[in-house]
Amino acid sequence: MSNMNEKLVFDRPESVIDRPTHYCPGCHHGVAHRLVGELLDEMQLREKALLIGSIGCSVFLYNYLNVDAVEAPHGRAPAVATGAKRARSDKFVFTYQGDGDLASIGMAEIIHAANRGERIAVVFVNNTVYGMTGGQMAPTTLVGQKTTTCPGGRCREREGMPIKMTEIISQLGGVAFAARGSLDSVKNIRTAKKYLRKAFECQTNNLGFGFVELLSACPTNWKMTPVKANERIGEEMIPYFPLGVYKDLTEEGGAC
Amino acid sequence: MADKIFIKGNEAVARGALAAGCKCFFGYPITPQNDIPEFMSQAIVDAGGEFVQAESEVAAANMLLGAGATGVRSMTSSSSPGISLKQEAISYMAGSGIPAVVVNMNRGGPGLGDIGPAQGDYYQSTRGGGHGDYRLLVYAPATGQEAYDLTVKAFDMAFKYRNPVLILGDAILGQMKEPIDPWQPEIPGDEEGADWRLDGALNREKRLIKSLFLEEGALAGQNQYLQAKYESMQGEIEYETFETEDAELIVCAYGSIGRIAKTAVRKLRKAGHKVGLFRPITLYPFPAAPLLEMAKAGKRFLTVEHNLGQMVDDVRLSIRTVADSEFFAIYPGNLPTPDEFEEPILKCLEGK
Repeated sequence: MSNMNEKLVFDRPESVIDRPTHYCPGCHHGVAHRLVGELLDEMQLREKALLIGSIGCSVFLYNYLNVDAVEAPHGRAPAVATGAKRARSDKFVFTYQGDGDLASIGMAEIIHAANRGERIAVVFVNNTVYGMTGGQMAPTTLVGQKTTTCPGGRCREREGMPIKMTEIISQLGGVAFAARGSLDSVKNIRTAKKYLRKAFECQTNNLGFGFVELLSACPTNWKMTPVKANERIGEEMIPYFPLGVYKDLTEEGGAC
Repeated sequence: MADKIFIKGNEAVARGALAAGCKCFFGYPITPQNDIPEFMSQAIVDAGGEFVQAESEVAAANMLLGAGATGVRSMTSSSSPGISLKQEAISYMAGSGIPAVVVNMNRGGPGLGDIGPAQGDYYQSTRGGGHGDYRLLVYAPATGQEAYDLTVKAFDMAFKYRNPVLILGDAILGQMKEPIDPWQPEIPGDEEGADWRLDGALNREKRLIKSLFLEEGALAGQNQYLQAKYESMQGEIEYETFETEDAELIVCAYGSIGRIAKTAVRKLRKAGHKVGLFRPITLYPFPAAPLLEMAKAGKRFLTVEHNLGQMVDDVRLSIRTVADSEFFAIYPGNLPTPDEFEEPILKCLEGK
């Protein structure tokens, strides 16, 4: 049989449930979910993790990660996470949010949770549209990008410039780590995982708020093939949303 | 028994919460309830709990959702406009089965209104308040002692039913100082909520607390479960009757207005008028049965509220098969005195 001289070197993390996802071909949620799952396993956090789910395509994340979870109203996950962490500071509390959820309706909650230095980790998946609701304009939609609520393309004069969340979050006092990664290449995925680990360590080492933005594709609402959508990240998104670490106090004892 | 302390109703609510084991308080400044977050900002921390002045009432209500999901006794407080802000989170908590205590010190409305007492939030309090078919257990204290006692009870009820519970006071109750007996109730141990709360999937299946039900029939099932819950809440009905046995006219009033009306009834009784007071203490579930009994006994009804007519709907619904209720409004923005109740009561007594 097949198992005599074979060594299992790659498997599904225990934190990731064996279940087909509902995501579109080329969507990066699957990759992001897996990175989170790998870290929960590697850092042995699964059994004390509390996931604060949000509203967007990833609303069903609780079906894909094997952790306790609560559903937060649109944009409010950082506040819900604050309540959960204050109530049970011995648990690992993290949110997973899209760009409409975090940067539009949830702007106040993310800024204030970050500023207070809540010991939570935020995974921010930025694909420059409202995916679940059919492709409307988001705060991170690029100028000229066509969406269902800016069919002529985002117009700077009318809609303003896209918001750079990692830059903003990195300016806040309670933040111990803020970085922007991308999921469009193996190299970038590896770096993104390192960023996520640092953000998680902000909590496990009681250093402050941890934040990672992950540039991602939405082929369906960008009206592109999965391959072309993936290329758009490198060609259009990264020039506007530069990758890198914007704040790192993890070696200096944290934020507060 | 502890000595009495002379404190505002706001502080009585906060002390009641602490006595009941409230571990987290999330608040925001708004008149006339600021004493609650101010008191809590020191007292709950001294007691080993957590205080957060949130960035908004929206955020505070969502923090309450998060803490409640972990099975920890938690509370928020606000006043009318801030309670409006909390409605989405309250609907989510009711739909998800999350225990929580919410305090509303009703002020004048609509909109910014004023900073004085009113009862304009009765509909909001008793009809869920936010979107969807849900209800809160609603307590309407009339005195500082009731504010303390009912806040203690609110936490037990929130966990008994896994539902948000609302304490509905007003600016009079919040700002008035009275002697309070700060008795210490028995508090449940760490096992409260152990069978459903989120505390990490260690040696057990993961748990999910949500209000989204998309599969065919699932939301109907969830709503059936909620309706059954509200049915079982009927057992928590509380009310006060005063001089009603031989009364010809029953004055229905709740909260501070009920207390003031009691003074008016007492005075009119001394003058020989056969009037009585019916004071609901739970606004939801509404004490319909005792009202209907009095209606069947031939009594007449006058509902007095500090609004333009809200609880009177529930009085009418309760007695609709046999009687009707008159209504007298004290306008929000005006402060009520017992004297101004006398004329409408007498007019009603004499019968149109």
